[in-house]
Formats: sequence, structure tokens, C-alpha cells
Amino acid sequence: MNTAIWFDLAYLMGSVGIVWGLKRMSSPDSAGAGNTLAALGMGLAILAAIFYPLGDADNGNLAWILGGLALGSAAGYILAKRVAMTAMPQMVSLLNGMGGATAMILGLVEYLRLGSATTDFGSNLTVVFALLVGAVSFSGSVLAYLKLEGKVDDKKITLSFHSVFNLLLLALVLGGTMALSYSTDWGIGLLVLFTLLALFYGLSFVAPIGGADMPVVISLLNSFTGISAATAGFVYGNLMMIVGGILVGASGTILTLMMCKAMNRSLWNVIVGGFGSVAAGVATDTNQQVKSVGLADAAIQLAYSKTVLVVPGYGLAVAQAQKVCKELDELLEANGVDLRYGIHPVAGRMPGHMNVLLAEADVPYPKLLDLEEANDFLNQCDAVVVIGANDVVNPAAERDPSSSIYGMPVLKVWQAKNTIVMKRSMGKGYAGIENPLFFEKNTYMLFGDAKQTLQALVAEVKGLG
Amino acid sequence: MNALIEILSANYLLIYLLVFTIILGFEIISKVPTVLHTPLMSGSNAISGIVIIGAILLIRQSPSDAWIELTAGMVGLALAMVNVVGGFAVTQRMLQMFKKKKK
Repeated sequence: MNTAIWFDLAYLMGSVGIVWGLKRMSSPDSAGAGNTLAALGMGLAILAAIFYPLGDADNGNLAWILGGLALGSAAGYILAKRVAMTAMPQMVSLLNGMGGATAMILGLVEYLRLGSATTDFGSNLTVVFALLVGAVSFSGSVLAYLKLEGKVDDKKITLSFHSVFNLLLLALVLGGTMALSYSTDWGIGLLVLFTLLALFYGLSFVAPIGGADMPVVISLLNSFTGISAATAGFVYGNLMMIVGGILVGASGTILTLMMCKAMNRSLWNVIVGGFGSVAAGVATDTNQQVKSVGLADAAIQLAYSKTVLVVPGYGLAVAQAQKVCKELDELLEANGVDLRYGIHPVAGRMPGHMNVLLAEADVPYPKLLDLEEANDFLNQCDAVVVIGANDVVNPAAERDPSSSIYGMPVLKVWQAKNTIVMKRSMGKGYAGIENPLFFEKNTYMLFGDAKQTLQALVAEVKGLG
Repeated sequence: MNALIEILSANYLLIYLLVFTIILGFEIISKVPTVLHTPLMSGSNAISGIVIIGAILLIRQSPSDAWIELTAGMVGLALAMVNVVGGFAVTQRMLQMFKKKKK
């Protein structure tokens, strides 16, 4: 009797678990159960893979498998327990890179197994492609991780002709893919060279993208890893790998496109352009002066407002200020202030970054408004507090056609009666352009570290009551 | 051209599956609200660890004395498992935070 079918059915159940789990991710109430379901599906798949009848090809090697599983589980579990919520973009990049690395290793070993006899272009190509995409996603994710950790300076690793360089590199890598697929006679030297080239391409691809574009690149790398897993699925003829990989590829692609849309830029522009080349356009009117505001005045202004919108940005994450922010929120609420949060889709360094931080600080999610809701709210808003955000509240996106961010949907905080901007200095945002918001007549600057400033503000508000 | 036709006809069912999974993926994911984008991302990230099946099959099919192959396979397996366990665990941690302040 052929018992393989039972294991195939287990794969099928696992796939259904993953699909259904992802579907349940669409609401905060069911998302936890969805995640558990997807994890169960994955567990089932791992069991099925360990016990699937392989006939004569089976050499056991169970100790190797169990060893790998134990090592990986321990490391993964520790990472997941220890990571700070502010470091989530780094964590996701790092984990993503590991999936890519596995696809790369599989590609390497399977290619060597093909031997010199194989002439089947199609199956060779799937192996080489899994290797290629896995390698790019691995090295790209590692670089993204280093960038997010602040260990790499974008400018130092970007060439002035970087886009041309990347295109040449891409052509070279694709040429290598074709060559390795046409014949498997090249020997191990060329295979290693190709792998190194693919790894280098991943680095070079991510090198010029940074700062506010990180959400795009993280989503894109996520999608790459999915595609490499699906391609490896073709290599092993495993349907569940294909289904899982493609789902991830689709989700990464959708998030990538959403992020691009939120910045009013094309994917091509993000990958090739960067902001650097166009940023010079905006002239600064040196006659304009910014007004700063004292803590006491700021506290009074906020405490006696009816409605307040808080706009968090990457600065909130850097200063780890989410909990103090919630403290201010509670104090103001006790004073009868209707306080909400306006979350721009690209605020922070990955999609949904701000939402997670505020959730960690116990802010109920109905208080988090997305771009459209926040802009409606701003029409009748008394005061806005901008915490460490810059480009997403820049009026130049609406008013100045010469600006590099012109056309990007932004939070129109200048429509509120008063705006308080917390910032470390007058430095420019990632886009490297001046923000006319700071010079508006109803904008007041509050300089300093977001956390310390918020703490001082909390103390002042307490003093009022 | 002939090679292409051969690839397509040999893998017709897989391509069928591929197309429908892409449609399914886009359908499901586009309904996820902004609030949940980070957990969605780390969750789907964990799912990309499905490549672990490949690593298990690779090890099982390796000759028991092929140390290099086995070591490479184990490294791949361990990395994929970090992706799976780390991804699901961290997603769970995040989602718990969203949950507790429902009241």
C-alpha cells in the first residue's frame, strides 16, 4: 500500500492551516488565533517532511535533522523573547535573511547533486533560481538589518553611479543564471563565484536605499524570500512549499506597493533613485524664524484643548518614548481631552511600526487613526503634537511642485489650531528637505530628546491639576 | 521555444496551483488593516520558513557519510527553524499586546 498519500494529505492540511491563519490576520481580534493556526500548519508540515516515505532514497540521518531543529528553535525562541518592540524592523529583516540563506544552501547542494549528466534546462533553472533569489534576499536582509541597527552609513556604501552599477551587476547575475542552467559542467569554482556575485548583488541592491524607504525594502525582501521558498518547492516538487512561498511573495509584494503608494513614488524610483538627486530644489527663505514654546505653555495649551492629535514618527521609536507618550495621553484624557493618534503608513521603519509601539504602551487601537481618518480629525482639531516625525507632516508635499516629495499624501497638521513639534534639532528629515511647517505662524517648536521632553511635559501637566 | 513548451507542459498542474495561489494571496492580504501590518509581516515571514521542508528532505536524502552536505543541510535547517520559531513567537508577542487592551 502506498502510504505517501497520507503525508500528502498532511501537507494539504498544513497548507490550509497557513492560508486560513493568514486570513484570520485581517482583524485584531482573530489575529492571535490565526497566527497559532499558521504555526500548527507549519508544525504539521515539518512532521510530514520528517516521516514522508522516500523509499530507497531515504538515508535517515534523523540525528542531523533533530539537531538542526533543536538549535534553530532555541535560537529563534530566545531572539523572539528578547527583542524590543522598537527593534522589530531589525528582527524581521534578520529572520527574513535566514529563510533566504536556507534557500541559497538548498540551491547550492542540489546543484552539485545534479552532476554533469543533467541537460534539463527547466529543472536546472529552478535550482539556480532558488540559489540566486535566496542569496540576494539573504545578503540584502543582513545589510538592511545592519542599516536599521545604525551600524552602516548609507552614504558611505553608495556610489554616485549606483543605479547603473546595479543594472550591470543584475545583467551579469542573470547571465550567470542562464549559463549555469544550460550546462552543469562548469565545475564548482564557477558555482561559488556565481553565489558570491549573487550575495554581492543583494548588498549592492539594498545599499542605496535607506531611511524612510526602509519599509519598502523590508517588504520587498520579504517577498523575495517567499519567492525563493516557492522556487525551492519546485525543485523538490513539494506543493506546500510552493503555496507557502507564494503567499509570502504576494503579501510582501502588496505591502511593497502600499508603501510606495503612501510615498507617491514608484517602486523603480525607490530602488534606483533615492532622494539625494532631487533634494536640492527647495530654496530656503532665510528670513523665516521658528518659534519655540516653553514646557509650561505647551502643557497648558494641551490640557485645555478639546481635541488633540499625536503624530508619532521614527523619533518616537529611537527615543523609546512610547510609554511616556501613553502617560501624557492618560493625563490629558483625565482632563477631558479627546486624544487620538495619526499614523502615516510610512511612519517608522517598517509597515505598521508605530501601531506596534503604541500597542506595546497599551494604547487601544481604535484611537489610532490612519491617514484619511486623521486628516478628517484634523479639520476640527485644537492641537497637534508631532513627535519625531518630519517628512510625513511636510506641507511642501501639497504646496510646492518643485519639492521632491510633492504629491506624497501627508498628515495636514497645519490645519489644526496649534501645532507643537518635538524634535531633537532643526535637522532635516530623511528626504533632506526643509519643512515649511516649522515656520507656520501656529507652529511651536519644542526642542530636545522625545522621551525627556515628554517626561517634562507630563510633569508640567500634572502640576496644572 | 521547444524547451519552454516542454517546461510548461511538464509542470502544467504546478503552474495552475501557482496562479491560483497568487490570486488567493493577493485576495487575503489586501484585506489586512494598517494596524496589523507589522504582525502580518513577521507572520508571513515565519511562513517563508516553509523552505525548511526542503532542508529536511535534503538531509534525509544525503548519504550518511557526506559530511559537507549534511553539515550544509543542518545549517540550512537550523536557520529556517530560527525563521519559523522566531517569526511565530514574535508575532504572538505582538498580537498579545493588541489583544489585552480590547476592554
